[in-house]
Order: sequence, then C-alpha cells, then structure tokens
Amino acid sequence: MKFGVLRFPGSCDERDAALAAAKVGESEILWHQDREIPGDVDAIIVPGGFSYGDYLRVGAIARFSPIMAAVERFARTGGPVLGICNGFQVLCEAGLLPGALLPNTSLRFLCRQVELDVVSTETAWTRACDPGERLSVPVKHTTGRYYAPEPVLEEMEAHGQIVLRYASGYNPNGSVADIAGVANAAGNVVGLMPHPEHAVDPLTGSVDGLKLFASVAVPVPA
Amino acid sequence: MSSAASARHRELGLTDSEYDLIVEKLGREPDEVELAVFSLMWSEHCGYKHSRKVLRTLPTEGPRVVMGPGENAGAVDVGDGLACAFKVESHNHPSAVEPFQGAATGVGGILRDVFAVGARPVAILDSLRFGEPATSARSRYLLEHAVAGIGHYGNSIGVATVGGEIYFESAYEHNCLVNAMCLGLIETERLIRSAAAGVGNVVVLFGARTGRDGIGGASVLASAELGEGDAAKRPTVQIGDPFEEKKLLECSLELLDRDLLVSLQDLGAAGLTSSSAEMASKGEVGIDLDVRKVPLREADMEPFEIMISESQERMLCVVEPDDVADVLAVCERWETRATAVGVVTDTRRLRVFDGEALVGDMPVEALVDDCPVYDLAPAPPAVGLYPAPERVIADEAPAAETLLALLGSANLASRRWAFEQYDCLVGSATVRRPEAADAAVLRLPDSKRALGVSIDGNGRRVAIDPYRGAVEAVVECSANLACVGAEPLGLTNCLNFGNPEKPHIAYQLTRAVAGLADACRALGAPVVGGNVSLYNEGGGGPIYPTPVVGMVGEIPDAERAGRLGFAREGDAVALIAAGSWAPSLIGSELAKLRGAPLEGELPSADLGELRATHAAVRQAVRSGALRSAHDVAEGGVAIALAECCIAGGLGATVDVAPLLERSADALFGEGPGAFVVSGPAEALRAFGGAAIPLGTVGGPQLRLGDEIAVDVAELSRVHAHGLADLLH
Repeated sequence: MKFGVLRFPGSCDERDAALAAAKVGESEILWHQDREIPGDVDAIIVPGGFSYGDYLRVGAIARFSPIMAAVERFARTGGPVLGICNGFQVLCEAGLLPGALLPNTSLRFLCRQVELDVVSTETAWTRACDPGERLSVPVKHTTGRYYAPEPVLEEMEAHGQIVLRYASGYNPNGSVADIAGVANAAGNVVGLMPHPEHAVDPLTGSVDGLKLFASVAVPVPA
Repeated sequence: MSSAASARHRELGLTDSEYDLIVEKLGREPDEVELAVFSLMWSEHCGYKHSRKVLRTLPTEGPRVVMGPGENAGAVDVGDGLACAFKVESHNHPSAVEPFQGAATGVGGILRDVFAVGARPVAILDSLRFGEPATSARSRYLLEHAVAGIGHYGNSIGVATVGGEIYFESAYEHNCLVNAMCLGLIETERLIRSAAAGVGNVVVLFGARTGRDGIGGASVLASAELGEGDAAKRPTVQIGDPFEEKKLLECSLELLDRDLLVSLQDLGAAGLTSSSAEMASKGEVGIDLDVRKVPLREADMEPFEIMISESQERMLCVVEPDDVADVLAVCERWETRATAVGVVTDTRRLRVFDGEALVGDMPVEALVDDCPVYDLAPAPPAVGLYPAPERVIADEAPAAETLLALLGSANLASRRWAFEQYDCLVGSATVRRPEAADAAVLRLPDSKRALGVSIDGNGRRVAIDPYRGAVEAVVECSANLACVGAEPLGLTNCLNFGNPEKPHIAYQLTRAVAGLADACRALGAPVVGGNVSLYNEGGGGPIYPTPVVGMVGEIPDAERAGRLGFAREGDAVALIAAGSWAPSLIGSELAKLRGAPLEGELPSADLGELRATHAAVRQAVRSGALRSAHDVAEGGVAIALAECCIAGGLGATVDVAPLLERSADALFGEGPGAFVVSGPAEALRAFGGAAIPLGTVGGPQLRLGDEIAVDVAELSRVHAHGLADLLH
C-alpha cells in the first residue's frame, strides 16, 4: 500500500501525513507541478496547511495546480483520496466533494482536541471503523464551518455521504448538522476538517486517527 | 557642524559627537546613503551601544554549547549528532504601534534567525506583556491583535507554537512587550555561519521584493522612546507574509541540504545594511552591492531606502560563482525570487553602487566594530518608579475568596483563549501541550529522547529588586524544566528595559544582568544568544524591567515527561521545598490584588541548594516515581494546588499546618524553591527532609485546611473564564 501525499507551496502538514501513512504502508511526497500520479501510488492524501497562502479563498488556487488534474482523474476512476483540513477545502473547490468550508463562527483559528462520531463506515477511509465509534482527533483551522444547502444535505444523508460528525458539544466551528467529514457518492473520496495525522501516536495524543489510514489498507469486502 | 546633514543626523537618532566620529572615520562628510547606513548600524538595536559592555558579563560557554552568541541563533548539542538552535527576540515597539503585523513579523524574524543557521524551526514560544485588560480597551486591543498576529504567522508557516506566557501590568500600558522565541533542529556538523568568504564569490538576495515598509524601524522605532504621533510611525512597521516565508524556509533548507551556500544571513532590522555589513565583518572581507539589481516593490526607491528597507521574508547568501545557476534554479522551483546583487571583495569596505555610480563607500570595521560603546551610569532610584496597583481585594477577605480571586485574575487565569489560537501540533513532536505541564515537551526525531522548553520573566519582581528578580527568572525556567524531567542545556534571553541613558534604568539593567549571570553560572545554563530591547518608555514612564529567559533542556525518555495535573485518587501530595524556601507576599500576585506598593525585600535564593532541589525533582520525574510535578510560582502553594486539581480534574485534601509552620505566608506567598508533587507515598518519602507531606489526592473538592473547600468544577470555571470573559 503506497500513499502519495501532495505538497503545494504553503502546505504544512504533508510531513505529518506522510509519517502517519507510513505507519500502515509506504508514503511519498508528490510535488504540485507534477502532471501524473506515479503508477505505484494506491491512495492520495491532500494534506493540511495554507496552500498558496490561502490567498483569494482557501483552496481556490491549489485546485488549479497541475497535480490536481491528475488527482481528479485518479478519483474519478475510483482511487481513494483523503483531504485533510486545507486538503478538504481544496477537494470542495475542485468539485470532488459537495459543500464548502466557511469561516468559523468565532472568526478565530482554533486548535483543540475534539470527539468525533463515525457516521458512515461505507467509505474507503472509514471501513476499519465501527458504526457509531467515537474518535478523539484534534482540529486546527480558521475556515472549517461546513456548509451545504439543505437539498444537498438531504441527498448526502440519503447516500451515506456524511462520514463524521462532531460529537454532541464538540462542534468547534458552527458546521451545519455537526458535520466534520463527508464523502463523494462513490465513497472513495473523503474530506474532513479534523487532523487524523495528528492522532497516530499515544506519545503525542491519541491513536484514533490511525483508523482512517488503516481503512484504505483493508481489503475491500466482497 | 552647520551643514544640512547635521540636522539630518539628529532625525536619524545620531548624536552630534557620533556624527563627528563618522566624519573622522570616513575622512569626509557622509553622503545620504552612508548617513542612513551609519545611523542604523550605530543604533542601539544593531550596535548595542548601551548594553554591549554589560552583556559581556554573561556566561556563554558550556560543554553542550556548539554555537554561542554572535550568530543568527545560538545552538546546543542535543545528542545523536543533532543540535538545537534557538533564540528569543523582541518586537515591542512595532507591536505597540500595529499589534497584528508587529507580532506577526516578530515571529517571522525569529524564524528566519533559526533557519539562517540551517536549522528547521520546530517550535515557537512567546512572552507577552500588556496593560490591565479589565480597565484598558487599548490593552485588550493590543492583546487580541498580537495573539492573532502570532497565530497567523506561526500557523501559516507550519511551525508549532507550544508555549509562552502573558502578564498584565499597568506599567506596560503604553509599551507592550512581544517577545518571540524559536527553536530549530539541525545536524550539528551542518550548522552554517554568516561570515562572508571567498573573494569573487557572488552575493545573492532571495525572497520577497524590497519595498518602503519598515524604513528606519531599527533607529526610529526600536531605539527611542514611544510618544505622541506614534500612529504616524505605522508605515515604519513591516508587513508580514508567512506564505512568502514558508517558501523561503523550504528553499533555504534545500539550498543548504545541497551544499550550495558558503554562508547565509537573514535580513532583519536594518535590512540589507546590517546583513551585508555583518557578513563582511565576520568574514573580514568587503562587499560590493548594486542596489539597482535589487527587485523592488516600488520603482522609484532611492538607493538609501533600498539599503535600509526592512521588508520581510528576505535572505542574503554568498555563493561560489559556479553554483549560482543551481541556486537560482532551486529558488525558482520554490517560486522564490533570487537575484545576484553583489560580490565579495578584499577591500574590507561596504561599497554601494547604483548601477555604475558609487553612492556609498564605508569601512566595514567602522560600521560594525567602531560603533561607540557607552558606559552606563547606574544609580538606584531615589523614589519608587512605579505607582502601587489598584486594590481589588481586602486584606481580610476569607482564604477561599482570595484563592478564587487569584485564580480568576488576569495574570493567573487560564491562557486557553490565547493558546487555542495557535497550532501546537504541526510537526508531530508535541508531547506536552499547553497547560499539561510546566514546560513544553518536544520529542526528538527517531529517538526516545525529548526537549523541554520554558520561557519566563516576572517584571514586577524585577522592579522591586532587579538582581533577585532576574535570578528568579532563570530559576523559574530551570524549575519548569525539572517538572518535565529536563536538565538545562542553555538559555536565551531578551532584556526589555526603559531608556538606559537614565541612571535608574541603567541601575535596573546592570543589576538584572548581574543576577542573570550569577544564576546562569550557578545552575549550569550558559547563554547562547539573545536580544536587547531598550527605550521601552511611553507617556506613562518606563516599563517594569523585564528580562525574559527562554531555556532548553533535555529529557532522556519522552514517555516519562512530567505532567502537572493530579493523576490518581489516593496518591500522596507533598511539597518539595528547599531549606531556603521563604515565601513572602512581597512582590506577589496577592500583594498586587491588595494594591500593595512595589517595595520590600524579595526572598534571597540559595542557588546551590536550588540546583540540588531541581535535580532531585528532575530525577524523581525521570524515574517515573511521580505522577505529577508542578513548580510553585505566582499565587503560591494554594494556586499551585488549585492548578494541579484543575489540570487533573481531581480534588485533594491538604493539611495547612506543616505549611504554616514554615511561614505565615506559605499559602499565597511567593519565592523560589518549592514544588507540589504527587505520587505513591513511598516515592515522596524518597525526598527525605525536603518533602513536606501535605495530604491526599481525591474527592470533588480542593480542601485546604479548615478555611478552603471549593469544588474542582468551580476552580475550573473561574480559571477558564478569568481572562476569556474580559475579552468579549
């Protein structure tokens, strides 16, 4: 199992994501100007950070970098893609995931450990979780308030695209319906604001984030 | 001295005799570029002309020091061939004028100092001082925007902000303090210095374009008192762009990784002027610069403006001619602008060209080494310098009420409001997050070992006794490190003081540095670098003299790094106290709440005994025998106990009789030399006579003698809201 972790100018968490992924497989950093995903890469992580300085709008510029065209092709052919924080924002901008991320209701950056409820285990990145499982994972962002219009939310609900919710009392940013992570209809592309790559070692926090990386490494049930 | 230039030199902060000395060194009147360059190089900020002599008294050598003061950052050996480079620096005056950008660029500047020696920055800490938030809207504004600025820069560049301190005193009302510290890691043998070398080598400027921001920052802002019309100085504050710096950081580290650089220097205060002069001075060479080659943000900048601009996110490097193409290619890959702007010469002169025209020609030695150094004329103040604080609690208030008033006071309440605005996690090294332990703990890569880091300084106590107050700042850091099991390797300091030309400020400065020097020697913690910020005087008089100490220590086993919170019901609680521990209300937080004047005698510190006490606590933490360890500091033993309860979510029952036997002020009094620890009773007995058994962990309340019984939930609520509620 090999993970490709994107690096844009302004990415911050790509090393952390690569280290986390390396706990369940191999990992390689991919440069934003590359036009192809190496053939041996089985899954893509779009990491957190401030790609292109968050200028214009979070994720709006990274979405047009050369590698993203390759990521879109990879995703549309069923390749597993995980967007974390800024990566989630990039995937929303790229139209690979529904909805958008708005500024936190506090209008401030917030770094805090939160509790998440796993809503869907039918995605490439949550298969190793139990339905309803509680995960302790940190958030750290200024623009993490998930939003989608009501009809879109109903459709997402119907198709099991709501993957993670902030547990009761833990919604840090005012996200609609406590949504912390979502998937595309096929379930191969997942985006979330919390940082599972910062929850893979008991020494530095919890280990609950490891489950997301482990999920992709689990063989798909027949 | 009647030329037009003579009026100009005063505007630039030079005295008449300094101007005469410049004329003597040049053998003629300086032109516009030369005058601008000299005014910056001979400013207090760059030339340390009032502090150089006293700084020489600090101990700078130790077995683990691999790079001492004088480089962009100092460094200590942290084992396995790795070095930790670190430094603290002030950005006080810019932050007082424009807090968001002032604080942000303070972080940007200290980050550059660390990666200028080749180290990858791994952590930021900050030390902040403001006026009273309850009564000063301006202080709340400065606090909110400075914290946001620090977060903006550190978060965006992807370096964890892992710790810090914030204190509020009316003495900082007009002149806030924003000190930022950064640590980085590098293989020791790859540390790079800033000395230019190799005649004929190329000088390359890379990073952001040069604009008119920050012109005169070092001389106008940093080396004079603040006063009326500071809003008009706002254009002298630099604007930060962390995205540009992130690219600059990665680009610099790749250039070093590929061995493409001879030397590297960041552009900080005084921009191109000080960076080129320092590089030439250290290498004992000359540098020719062509300002016309410098990429500009505004087309019509004058040569002198280009030389002194403090535009952020720029670096200067020296490259062998054959490597220039490779250097430019690496910069292009990182979308970082890079331009060859000069050449290393054997002239020992800094020569500035505007295309073909020579517009400045100065001996490097005159710029760097001949800056006049002044003797201070210290004299203790005849009368108190600082008014007594406003009383907010009666002397007769019941103990429980006093405890809660302290816990919720601006100085002691939880800093969660601030630290949640910082990314403390990026880098995956943070073993102890803020408020989990007395010091931040960062694990080292591919190792079971870790670093402990603490930053501290208590201006009120230094105001009462500059010597003992400064000793306490070093002791406090060492005590914080002991609580996580870290042994000091070295420290950095930032000396924030008023106008040193005034005898009473000179007195504060010389006595404080004497205290720092004695404490550093006694505790075995050499100074590897630092910064001086003088002239911190606004309309309301001088700030409290505030030496801030940042200390780095090593922990053999990260798994055993200490925590401050009580951890298990039934654990024994003890006070580990040095024999010389003599808590008193003089200079304490309670004295402040009672409106006491800043006078009296601070307890003296037996440094040899304190070192042994710290070692005993450190050993107990390292052995895993203790389940919690917390240094007794502001607010005394009572507050330390409350903090242990809050952090652990557990109550405790404590007998006050053995405390009161030691001192009538043992509950709320302050003074170095005591720790609250918990663990199995036999582990605490191992401390022998140093351990004063206090009681037991457990129950929903902190019960302190007969007078105090407060629910932990209530302690937590008061602690959590004390600062946050002031800011809505």
